[in-house]
This record gives sequence, structure tokens and C-alpha cells, in this order.
Amino acid sequence: MADATLDAIACACRVQIIRMLTHAGSGHPGGSLSVIDLLTSIVFGRLRHDPKRPDWVDRDRIVLSKGHAVPALYAVMARAGYFPESHLITLRKLGSPLQGHPDRVALPGIEAATGSLGQGLSIALGMALGLKLAGSPARVYCILGDGEVQEGQVWEAAMAAPKLGQPDHPLDNLTVIVDYNKIQLDDFTKKILDLEPLVAKWQGFGWPVLEIDGHDLAQIAKALDAAEATRGTPTLIVAHTVKGKGVSFMENNPEWHGKSPKPEEAVTAIREILGVGEVAWPDYLKTDATTRALVDELRALETR
Amino acid sequence: MAAKASRAAFGEALLELGARDPRIVTLDADLSKSTMTARFAKAYPERGFNLGIAESNMVGVGAGLALTGKIPFVCSFACFVVGRFETIRISVAYTNANVKIVGTHSGIAIGEDGYSQMGLEDIACVRALPNVPIVQPADELETRQAVAYAVEHQGPLYLRLTRQNLEPVCPPDYRFRLGRWLTLRAGRDVTLVASGGTVFNALEAAGRLEADGISAEVLNAASIKPLDEDALVRSAAKTKHVVTVEDHSIHGGLGGAVAETLAEVLPTPVKRLGVTGFGESGDPKGLYVKHGLDPAGIATSVKKFLNR
Repeated sequence: MADATLDAIACACRVQIIRMLTHAGSGHPGGSLSVIDLLTSIVFGRLRHDPKRPDWVDRDRIVLSKGHAVPALYAVMARAGYFPESHLITLRKLGSPLQGHPDRVALPGIEAATGSLGQGLSIALGMALGLKLAGSPARVYCILGDGEVQEGQVWEAAMAAPKLGQPDHPLDNLTVIVDYNKIQLDDFTKKILDLEPLVAKWQGFGWPVLEIDGHDLAQIAKALDAAEATRGTPTLIVAHTVKGKGVSFMENNPEWHGKSPKPEEAVTAIREILGVGEVAWPDYLKTDATTRALVDELRALETR
Repeated sequence: MAAKASRAAFGEALLELGARDPRIVTLDADLSKSTMTARFAKAYPERGFNLGIAESNMVGVGAGLALTGKIPFVCSFACFVVGRFETIRISVAYTNANVKIVGTHSGIAIGEDGYSQMGLEDIACVRALPNVPIVQPADELETRQAVAYAVEHQGPLYLRLTRQNLEPVCPPDYRFRLGRWLTLRAGRDVTLVASGGTVFNALEAAGRLEADGISAEVLNAASIKPLDEDALVRSAAKTKHVVTVEDHSIHGGLGGAVAETLAEVLPTPVKRLGVTGFGESGDPKGLYVKHGLDPAGIATSVKKFLNR
């Protein structure tokens, strides 16, 4: 898929992230917006899957270890056809399969329950090993948060991965990505528990490491290609990202790790994501009925 | 059958089942010689994985393998594997991954190694997880059947095993069923509910009590969760007195499960025998005497409970 198309999808998903979090009244916009270009690139750029057969044994798998960014995953899943886009606004509501953090049992297409941080990489290792043992061509993508890398279990898994399955079943069917947005809940990662030197640490554990701009679709595609072409070992991609990417007041602001926008903030966020200036916005809404309906929908939440 | 540790019976059963079922894999954290999966890993090198001393990762890798159709037995000492509770809670239970968690070296009966190696709170932890049954076999025959059942059971399951040898207690025609308890001895005056390593001692205690004119019924609670409510209530209605005997903390274990159920269904006086504090180093027999889990200690507690 061409980068322009992927970019348009990522843009539409960003709008849906803002929409569903505003409806939910809680959730994690910062990490959802930082990871969406990566998720879009994987799901619409290369993932071998079938939304109508979420239990297809040879499907590629995504383990979103940073489960709090699940609004981003729901947005791409809806767009891919796992469930109707209209269900997105049930996020975090009683009875919805769109749980606040991923629930594999509730929502077909979710590969593992995550969100208790530090666990996804181990699960991804097991999946990659199981697929290799079965002779499956499927790949496993695991996305870690940067703050999450502070968890000890991540390093247990990091130490095990290059050796697991050797020599006959090396886990070269596994691509791991760190969404390195530099911010965790309490503050900047550097202030809480600095991860640096992050690349050297993973290299020391035996991983080939690629470093990219996690919002540059061409760089993402190139790194994912390189990981897929690598034999004999899993690959780590350190994706430098911007927390809250696409919304000026959320970008690089720890305040927006875990707080949902108010309706007017959401409208501003959507305008910025769509790349429309303040002056041009009223006219834009006159010509774009879909966005206008969305703005009306969100403003109606103000009065509830 | 001679006395055999349930961990040994587990290792042998798995070796046999592994020959027929290629889905079975074992995961260990540098204790495969102790959990008795080493022979499996040697027989099926492509299906035996040693993850090193990193139990959380082992549990998670097990979950991932289960999600691709394998049946992983994730093995360590009970305290070490269940100690990674948060990973079991989310990666295994909430994910509903078909992982068999095996905790060996349960209870004070491991002896000399002391408290840090004793699984004494594992049942309490796993009991709180909605979808994880707990099975604790009492002898070799039951262990073999429990392992076979674990393979057939769809979903996570916790198998609690002993380091020490267990005397045979189940009849040759016994068939393990989840949620069903076997009455090993019928009685009228008191119900002894025991599980795993304490079942034989409970039977011995019942023999001593008989000499004192007390008729004790002995139930083998191999299925700790779900427990056999019918068998428990039926026996309690008859004897009006229930004593639980377990090599585990009295808080949240078999005794807790029995007391909770009876309190709701048929309020009955319950005495919980088990470990009340931390464990300690010592010879296993001496530890059982100190904690009142030997036949004489159990009999004494029962008599006191019955005011006789």
C-alpha cells in the first residue's frame, strides 16, 4: 500500500482515537497517538490476516504489550473489518467487548490480554516459537511501550529470545518494536528511570537493533522489511515517536498520558489532525459532512 | 503400588502422554531435575524448554505457546511459579490460555530447604482466579490420572505436587474427575477433608480415632477447585463436624474453601488444620509433628474439636 494511503488511514484512525476517548471520558490518548503510525503500517502495509477468520492458524499476530494504547488497535481493527466502526464509541462502557485494556476472550482478533505491563514480549516469544514448531509462515509483531521496558520480565524475555528455539527454530519470525515516546504516566521517562543507552542494552542481549523515526512511514516500512529479511534471530526496532503525535497540545506533554479530551478539546484535536487551520475550519465543516456530523456528535456530549 | 512422590509420577505420566500427543511441551526454570520433566525434555528435545531462572517469562512463553495450539506444562516449585501471580493472572487466566501450571515441592514436607522454598500460599492465590481449577493428587495412581485429565481439560489448570513420597490411598479402579471427591473411609462422627500429602495421614488418624471410639469419614479432596460440594455437604450433614487437613496455610487454602462453602450452604463447625505461620527447616516428619499434621497430631486435634 502506498505511503499516501497509509498516511490517510493513520489520519482517520487518529480521529477515531480522539472520538472514542472523548465518548469514554477516560483513557490514554498520548500513547495511542504515538503508536498509530506503527500499527497502521503493520496492519495495512503487510499483516497477513483475515478479519472474518480471527482464529486462522497461520495468521500474523500483533501483541500490543502496551495495552493502554488499545484505542489505536481498536481503530485499526475496526477499519480492517473486525467490527463496525460504530462500535468504537462503546470503548470502556459496561458490556462492551472494547475493554479499557485488551481482552482476548471478549474481542476476537485480540491475541492476548495485555496492559499489565511487561508481559507481552514473553507471550510473543511463545507464539513465535509455537508457530515455528508448527512450520507456520506467520509472523509475530510485539509492540512495547518505552516506560514498560522498565519491567523486569521484559529483560527476562529479552535475554531468552535470541536463544530460544535455536538452532532449528530461531525466532526470526518475531519483530519487536519499542514505541519510544519518552514519556510515562508520572513524567518524562528520563526523569523517572532513564532507559538509556536503550539500543546498546538490547544489542548486549544479542538483538539486532534498528533505530527509526516512528512517524516516518517510509522508515517504518524499510525497518519492517529488514526485520522480516533477517534470519536466525528476532529483530528489535526502536521507533522514536512523539507522545500525542498530531495534536499540538498533547504532544510531548505527560499530562496527556492518561486523560481524555473534553468535547471542545476533541474538536480542536480533530481539526489539527485533519490539518485544517482555525480560520478555514468553519468553511471546511460546510464541505465535509462526515466531519461536521462528528463534531456535532462530540459537542452533544458536552451537555450530558 | 509402592510409595512415590507425585512429582515423580507426574514426570513419568507426562513422558508417556508425550509419546501420543505432540501438542504437549514442557517449560522449566532451571529446576527440571526437581520437577521431573528432565526425562521428557531428553526424550523430546524439540518439546522441552528450559527458560533459565526467569519464571515470569516462562509463564508468558507458555501462554504464547498455548495460543498457537501447544499444551504447555509450565513447571517449577509451587512458590516460585505461583509467585509470578500477576503474569499468571493476565497472560494465562484472563487471556484464557491453555496452560498447565505445575507447582512441585508444595508445603512444609519439603523439609530441610526451609520456608523460602515451600509453597504454602499457592492454593490461596490460584483460588482467586475465576477460571483456573486446582488439582492436588494424593498418590501415584491419582497423579497419573490428574495429568491425563490436565491434558484433556480445555483452559488453564493448576496441578499441585509433592516432593515427598506418597503412600497409595486410591483403589485400583479409581477414576479422577474434576469437582468430585472420593470417600476413602466412611464414618459417622467427624469428616476429615484432606488433600495431597496429608491424605494418608488423615487415614491413619482415622484408624487411631476408631480405637478411641470415634468414627471418622475421610474425603480425598483432589479437586480443590472446584470442590465437591455434594460430597462435602452430604458428609457434613451426617457427621456435623468437619476437619480440614492440608500442607498449606490455613488461610485461603482447602480449609478456607470448605469453610466458605459450608458457611453458605450448611453452617457446620469447621476446624482447619494446616500451617499457621511461616515454615522452617527441619526433617519432614518432625515438621509434620510440630505442625500437627502427623496421624497422632491430627487425631489429637480432632478429639479436642469434638470435646472428647
